[in-house]
Amino acid sequence: MGLSTVTMIYAGMFYIAALVLAIGLVYKIVDYSRTPAPLKIPTTPAPTTRSGVIYRMAKEVVVFESLFKANKWIWVFGWLFHFGLLLVLLRHLRYFTEPVWFWVDIIQPFGKYASFMMVIGMLGLLARRFLVDRVRYISTPSDYLMLVLLIAIGVTGMLMTFVVHTDIVALKMFFMGLMYFDVQPVPGDPILLIHLALVAFLMLIFPISKLLHAPGLFFSPTRNQVDNPRESRHIAAWAAKLDQTK
Amino acid sequence: MAAPVFDVPEIKDEIEIPKLREGVMAHVKTFPATQPIQDFMGYPHELPEDWKERAIDKMGDLLGKYRSLKVFLDACVHCGACTDKCHYYLGTSDPKNMPVARQDLMRQVYRRYFTTAGKLFPKLVGAKDLTQDILGDWYNYYHQCSECRRCSVYCPYGIDTAEITMAGREILNHVGMGQKYSNEILGKVQKIGNNLGLPGPALEDTLEGLEEDIEADTGVAVKLPLDVKGAEVLLVTPSADFFSEPHVESLIGYAKVFHAAGISWTLSTHASEAGNFGLFNGNYDTMRKVAMRIRDSAIELGVKRIVVGECGHAWRVAYSFWNTLTGLGYGGNDPFSIEFQKQLDPNYPQPQHICELTNDLIKSGKIRVDPSLNDDLVVTYHDSCNVARASRMGTEPGGQFAIPRELIRSVVNNFHDMADGTIGEATFCCGGGGGILTDDLLEVRVKGALPRATALNNVVKEHKVNFMAMICAICKAQFTKVLPKYGFDMSMVGGVHQLVSKAIKLDKAE
Ligand code: HEM
Ligand code: HEM
Ligand code: SF4
Ligand code: SF4
Repeated sequence: MGLSTVTMIYAGMFYIAALVLAIGLVYKIVDYSRTPAPLKIPTTPAPTTRSGVIYRMAKEVVVFESLFKANKWIWVFGWLFHFGLLLVLLRHLRYFTEPVWFWVDIIQPFGKYASFMMVIGMLGLLARRFLVDRVRYISTPSDYLMLVLLIAIGVTGMLMTFVVHTDIVALKMFFMGLMYFDVQPVPGDPILLIHLALVAFLMLIFPISKLLHAPGLFFSPTRNQVDNPRESRHIAAWAAKLDQTK
Repeated sequence: MAAPVFDVPEIKDEIEIPKLREGVMAHVKTFPATQPIQDFMGYPHELPEDWKERAIDKMGDLLGKYRSLKVFLDACVHCGACTDKCHYYLGTSDPKNMPVARQDLMRQVYRRYFTTAGKLFPKLVGAKDLTQDILGDWYNYYHQCSECRRCSVYCPYGIDTAEITMAGREILNHVGMGQKYSNEILGKVQKIGNNLGLPGPALEDTLEGLEEDIEADTGVAVKLPLDVKGAEVLLVTPSADFFSEPHVESLIGYAKVFHAAGISWTLSTHASEAGNFGLFNGNYDTMRKVAMRIRDSAIELGVKRIVVGECGHAWRVAYSFWNTLTGLGYGGNDPFSIEFQKQLDPNYPQPQHICELTNDLIKSGKIRVDPSLNDDLVVTYHDSCNVARASRMGTEPGGQFAIPRELIRSVVNNFHDMADGTIGEATFCCGGGGGILTDDLLEVRVKGALPRATALNNVVKEHKVNFMAMICAICKAQFTKVLPKYGFDMSMVGGVHQLVSKAIKLDKAE
């Protein structure tokens, strides 16, 4: 059976996007972890133990603690968006696992409605970019486009979930096929094709855009350092050389 | 050159977030460093022909050495959470004083030369070629940041604009655009031993004069020893403590504490400065050289403890960096630090803040105080930014807030904090930190003090506060200069040990 051009394009697109995403992220993460942090600069009060730091980071990742202190509007919209996104992505795991993990099954109904959280959150964030003079001033075209892109992905997804259903079984065969290097036809549903093209684009730009905030947070010295400079000597390799010269 | 005339902002009931007004602070340029100053620091004194390559090279060098810079330049999502957090934005309404906009001055260049997106689609991601105009913007706005880290508290990724400002100033130095004020001081401290350029004999005279004053005042012969070998404690304090008002009152306070507790101590000529302006310019080498004076003096004098006087950024460097830079601390496992650390008394934190020391002595009954001697005062406390957000005291996180307050409450009876959101980790900078404390930046300093002045005004109205205590030499100098512009009396400003000095009993406790 010959594969259609559309299938070839989408298969190629996802291979490339997955490669760029994986290599790009690994490159960035290795680069961050290899770059030394020569000085102790945690924003204090900071935890004095490793486990304290893990707790601090967990609060930043799960409830956006610093953002909560800073601005309740950004926090509400930002948190709705990210938590919605998380549930949606977890729900998507069913296209890539066989058999589907039991907990992915459990969150299916929540994931479905989480799309509303996600899109409402993003609309709020987008509105701020237009309405608040300070945020408008700092926004670049890419800031608007990033939100528009994610909203478009969300809306096309929701159209399929709530309005015109698509052939999930065929879609799953396509992606499982990609994963096992046995390419199967992609369903021809235009909304799905748009959804997928936008997602591939998102994967492509992830490692070269501000979406690096996700890995970046874990490498932020003001958040991930232990506050113990008097108790232990912290020194970077390039700085230790100076000790020899006195 | 006469300072330009400007309007002092009006204090409102609450700290207000202004509508932005573009370019209103674009005229403020701090005085450039002259050739002799730059020569000493090893920087060019004018824009070299290959300035662009030099700037980009230096940026690349810093990106390889500092993870903070690299992660911070990548991670910002332009969420806007920090936009209303900087006292310079609140006081000036110039949008380039919003922390994220200040970062973007560098980020636009970073993106253009160091990121794929910025190389391919500069317009889309706001990337720009480096031009002299951009360098000019850096020069203006990296000298309107006091590196106070308030923005880093609120950024969801902890992006600390101070790190960007430091890198910006370092790059500027490498293309001959140094700041007179900071670089001149860095010369003095390395050549003479302190930021004021006060030579050894003058220091000796000053200390003798102070001893006479104290004895005349109290009838007790309290000493201010200098360069005494074998003393237990080396006190390292900002040189302003030696002869600026109200700083000197705190110096007298420290001397009385050591006297009353019977601790042998000394000052050092070579280390007659706790301040380290190397911090402000983002040059690790300079900061280390300046810090090495302390190590050298401690070894030379053979002291067992190092105690630091009232100075905010000095305490940051001492607490957070001395161990790294000079091995002064614990836990070293290399010859450079092991040898030195053996000399230090393990029963005490090294270095120790004077507030930690005094508070412990009072709590353990080793010195006695009578708070009623301060009954003429209603006191509030200004958390200095470097102490609050870049250091600690005691063993618990937040000790830097609790210990000075505990100490103040033990020596005064009337104490009221300023409003939440303006103290503790959210404290507002005095407006003069980070290398800004110079008259050519007076407009920035006055406007940047607006949030603090507003919070102070509220406790003055509500509780009749008439004294604002602090533990920073820069804060003291800044407030005595700018608070009068807002209608406050400059005698409201003073050190925590000025209060201790008044309340302490000089006869030894049992
Ligand atoms: C470790 C995981 C992550 C954490 C902790 C995190 C955290 C945050 C925070 C605190 C903000 C600022 C507040 C806001 O505007 O919402 C933010 C913004 C943003 N995040 Fe994330 N994020 C993560 C992963 C992701 C991922 C996987 C994506 C996209 C696929 C994403 C897309 C965005 C976008 C587009 C913005 C900017 C929103 C705007 O324009 O205001 N984030 N993120
Ligand atoms: C290769 C990756 C992806 C595939 C194959 C895919 C496929 C699909 C499909 C088939 C649906 C319809 C579900 C149904 O009818 O029940 C859907 C819905 C949706 N998709 Fe995706 N999608 C992908 C990635 C993403 C990403 C990265 C996002 C978000 C940034 C996203 C956001 C959504 C949303 C919000 C919905 C609607 C809510 C839901 O059913 O979960 N999708 N997606
Ligand atoms: S470090 Fe302080 S002065 Fe500098 S941008 Fe941040 S809040 Fe403003
Ligand atoms: S709070 Fe942090 S991420 Fe948000 S705009 Fe400011 S610097 Fe950027």
